[in-house]
Amino acid sequence: MCGIIGFIDRTKSRMDGSSIKAALSLMNERGSGDGAGYAAYGIYPDYADYYALHVFFDNMAESKTKVDELLQQWGKIVHQEEIPTTPQPGIKKVHTPWRYFFKPSEDLMAGRMASENDVVTYIVMEVNANVKGATIFSSGKNMGVFKASGWPEDVANFYMIENYKGYIWLAHNRYPTNSPGWWGGAHPFNLLNWSVVHNGEITSYGTNQRYVEGYGYKCTALTDTEVVAYLFDLLGRQHELSHEMVVRALAPPFWDDIDRMPAKEANLNKAIRLTYGSALMNGPFAIVVGTDDGIVGFTDRIKLRPS
Amino acid sequence: MTLGSVPPKFKVSIDRDQCMDCGRCIENCSYGVYRREGDKILIESRKCTACLRCVAMCPRDAITLTEKPVDYRSHPVWTREVREDIINQARSGKIILSGMGNARDLPIIYDRLLLDACQVTNPSIDPLREPMELRTYIGKKPSRLKFRKTESGDVELETKLAPNLKLDTPIMIGHMSFGAISLNSQLSMAKAAAERGTYMGTGEGGLHKALYPYQDHMIVQVASGRFGVNIDYLERGAAIEIKIGQGAKPGIGGHLPGEKVNEEVSRTRMIPLGSDAISPAPHHDIYSIEDLVQLIRSLKEATEWRKPVFVKIAAVHNVSSIAAGIARSSADAVVIDGFRGGTGAAPKVFRDHVGIPIEAAISSVDQKLRDQGVRNEISIIASGGIRSSADLAKSIALGADAVYIGTAALVSLGCRVCGNCYRNLCPWGIATQRPDLVSRLDPEQGAVQVSNLIKGWTLELSELMGAAGINSIESLRGNRDRLRGYMLDEGMLEILDVLPAGA
Amino acid sequence: MLGQRFIGDGLRGNARIIINGVPGGDLGMFMSGPTCIIHGNAEHAPGNTMDSGMLVIHGSAGDAVAHSMRGGTVFVKNNIGYRGGIHMKQYEVEARPILVVGGTAHSFLGEYMAGGLVLVLGIGKEKAMTDRGIGSGIHGGEIIVRGEVDDYLLGVGAKKFKFTENDLERIAPIIKNFCEQFGYDPAEFLDTNYTRIGPASSRPFASKYVWE
Repeated sequence: MCGIIGFIDRTKSRMDGSSIKAALSLMNERGSGDGAGYAAYGIYPDYADYYALHVFFDNMAESKTKVDELLQQWGKIVHQEEIPTTPQPGIKKVHTPWRYFFKPSEDLMAGRMASENDVVTYIVMEVNANVKGATIFSSGKNMGVFKASGWPEDVANFYMIENYKGYIWLAHNRYPTNSPGWWGGAHPFNLLNWSVVHNGEITSYGTNQRYVEGYGYKCTALTDTEVVAYLFDLLGRQHELSHEMVVRALAPPFWDDIDRMPAKEANLNKAIRLTYGSALMNGPFAIVVGTDDGIVGFTDRIKLRPS
Repeated sequence: MTLGSVPPKFKVSIDRDQCMDCGRCIENCSYGVYRREGDKILIESRKCTACLRCVAMCPRDAITLTEKPVDYRSHPVWTREVREDIINQARSGKIILSGMGNARDLPIIYDRLLLDACQVTNPSIDPLREPMELRTYIGKKPSRLKFRKTESGDVELETKLAPNLKLDTPIMIGHMSFGAISLNSQLSMAKAAAERGTYMGTGEGGLHKALYPYQDHMIVQVASGRFGVNIDYLERGAAIEIKIGQGAKPGIGGHLPGEKVNEEVSRTRMIPLGSDAISPAPHHDIYSIEDLVQLIRSLKEATEWRKPVFVKIAAVHNVSSIAAGIARSSADAVVIDGFRGGTGAAPKVFRDHVGIPIEAAISSVDQKLRDQGVRNEISIIASGGIRSSADLAKSIALGADAVYIGTAALVSLGCRVCGNCYRNLCPWGIATQRPDLVSRLDPEQGAVQVSNLIKGWTLELSELMGAAGINSIESLRGNRDRLRGYMLDEGMLEILDVLPAGA
Repeated sequence: MLGQRFIGDGLRGNARIIINGVPGGDLGMFMSGPTCIIHGNAEHAPGNTMDSGMLVIHGSAGDAVAHSMRGGTVFVKNNIGYRGGIHMKQYEVEARPILVVGGTAHSFLGEYMAGGLVLVLGIGKEKAMTDRGIGSGIHGGEIIVRGEVDDYLLGVGAKKFKFTENDLERIAPIIKNFCEQFGYDPAEFLDTNYTRIGPASSRPFASKYVWE
């Protein structure tokens, strides 16, 4: 189940979160009140050059100290604060949502971590896998994810979503089936500027997970959607494939279609399937991915979703 | 003889009321169990191997066979087998030879792995109506692709693909040589492989002329004896496989007994008539990984880099590190043969005690290759005790690209796993070169049977995948999330990277 | 030339290849027909699994010279390393592999040999062969060594035979050819002062095993 929405203003003019809140609330029958979330691009213009790290902390002592130390080791925190929230009757505040504005320091970048993005990816994986009581759930620039366990409207009100203005908005209403309903498990899933909302179930998750983990990503969210963000980051950022090629790798044409293509096109598609077979996503899904320059939507190959 | 005789293994009897005295049992038994004296068929049970040829050919179901008609005092430690091996060696002072695969009653990991299926949250896929893709490519794949934009703005592929074998189903037939098995067996399997869009191995015994029409579906093997290997042979194969070792007898060579080296075998292997065909334990131009790399390149140079080269190793303790070394060479696939792998003849102590199970080997090799970022550099072919489509599906879910079957293919030709392959008396015409026995196996009919087996498993694999909501084999490969362990200990679950049932 | 591997690998036809310097491993592997003249030493396994043709090495060669060679000729002017002529085999009269070594060879010469001829002339040596394991596991073909060979140098399954005038007649053309290549006087070698080593049985390991 689950409900998903995504929209973009192509002129990049920003709109506040009230419309998407209203839109998502119309789909309550697709959710179970176990999670909802929003991603918005363009919301932090004052800190546009810094990574906005959104973190769930279980406690502000030990967990936060460790994250602070790690960030200071790798770069500079220019600003940090608790993400403003308003208590909602339907939401039990089990975590403290926090945000850092962070810049990796250039003199640390070499070898495997040759760019700011590599450093931030490493920090996200390190915290989520190894720092108990801390989860970085948003790590892009000039964008942010807001999510929690609860009904869409409650989550929107909890974060006062109407106070943010973005040119891209994604939203998700969750009906969890293959994993526990916890805050980190709510959509959107994010890494750097990739944000993913997903309806469906990825039957190839184990294959995709083994594939991305071979490249240093760590799947820690206990749910399948997370891997899609990493697949986009690996193929789209690290391997520099165009959005269209990434989608072609994740949901490629069937072999019998490829066999009917002209030789050159067939060879290209064959190469994609051979190279990125482990990235192919199977099972029913409808997915919208937010990026800093647009949104990408696609479904599984035999259109088992959305339904 | 102070030791006397051991109890017969089998007791054969004929229901004389049923028997019509047709004599088919006498004709069919190559081990000499039956003979006619006057108007009576006499039975010498001690010679029986339970090949069941007589039972299969008796028109009246008159023959009964009992295992262990006389047994020893039961004892959990000093089993019958242990006692008889000691008696055998006390008599002979020799190494005990055995046939087929590991015969010890050890738990089979495949049987303790369970597959997944969809319920409610994702729809099953019906392979009858919806696409189901089993097409598998064996060979090197790029780890990433590069594109370039043409002047007209089109996107063009910059990366070049290495030659790969295209399989319509991830089931191949492993290497069983002409010499170890008959030409009619090889012909049956080659026809079936061609029909099913897959491949079979020649084994190390060369490529008989009669198989030339199927050469596009044959993988030619280069083993330590280099039998039948010349440039013509290398060029005929669809791929080339270097055999380092095999699961039934890791670390030792083999020899085809001289009595199996008849004129045809001699010509195909390019060795003298009637002499033992000896495969040394190592290749004598491979004493290190660097030497293996050189042989791979030498084969590639000889065939102008047009053919994938596989390397077959037995699953031994450090199989994953060896495979990772192979992945760093120009090799295109690594074949891992688990300790249940079959053979025509192996010292029993090796067959039963050396090596590790294929399930654990696939798992650790796949993991090591991923840890080192070289999984795309090489395909993994698993073999050694794959008995069914379930074993096949589990092998792929653990991380294999395809499997080799051996014994299963022979069983589809009539083999009853009696394990006497090394005696050249196989009454099914499979593991023998005796012309009268070989002629019992009709390659046309044999091909239908082998082809049926592959077809049946392929259908079952499609159904298993469909039920798991997967319509492309890539999404089953390494998908250990869709496996659960049942009655496996914690250590093994960790090696397999599989959750226990219920988790 | 220094170290280029795979020269003549899988090559067919009548080509003549002249190599000045030291070629790398697997010289003439799977070769079928051509002649290679090497003015220098050769590395590991020249003549590996060679079918026919000729290698003339004006120097020494490494280990596993003529490994699994099935036909053709390898002449080495000086010495060779370990396991020379290993697993050489022959199945038709016209395809008889020949390895001639002017100097001496290290251990395991002609190991597992299943056919063909290995000839060691010991030129400039007091004894042509002083290393162990000659013909270990040999089950076909012959190893002919200039002069006497001590019994303890023979490998398992190898046996000495008397070298006769008939044998000399058989190998004389090979000796002449070898001498012609390297400028020796063949008369020096045309006598019966050789030891012939062959298999004790064509099934050296048959007695090792018993059926289950």
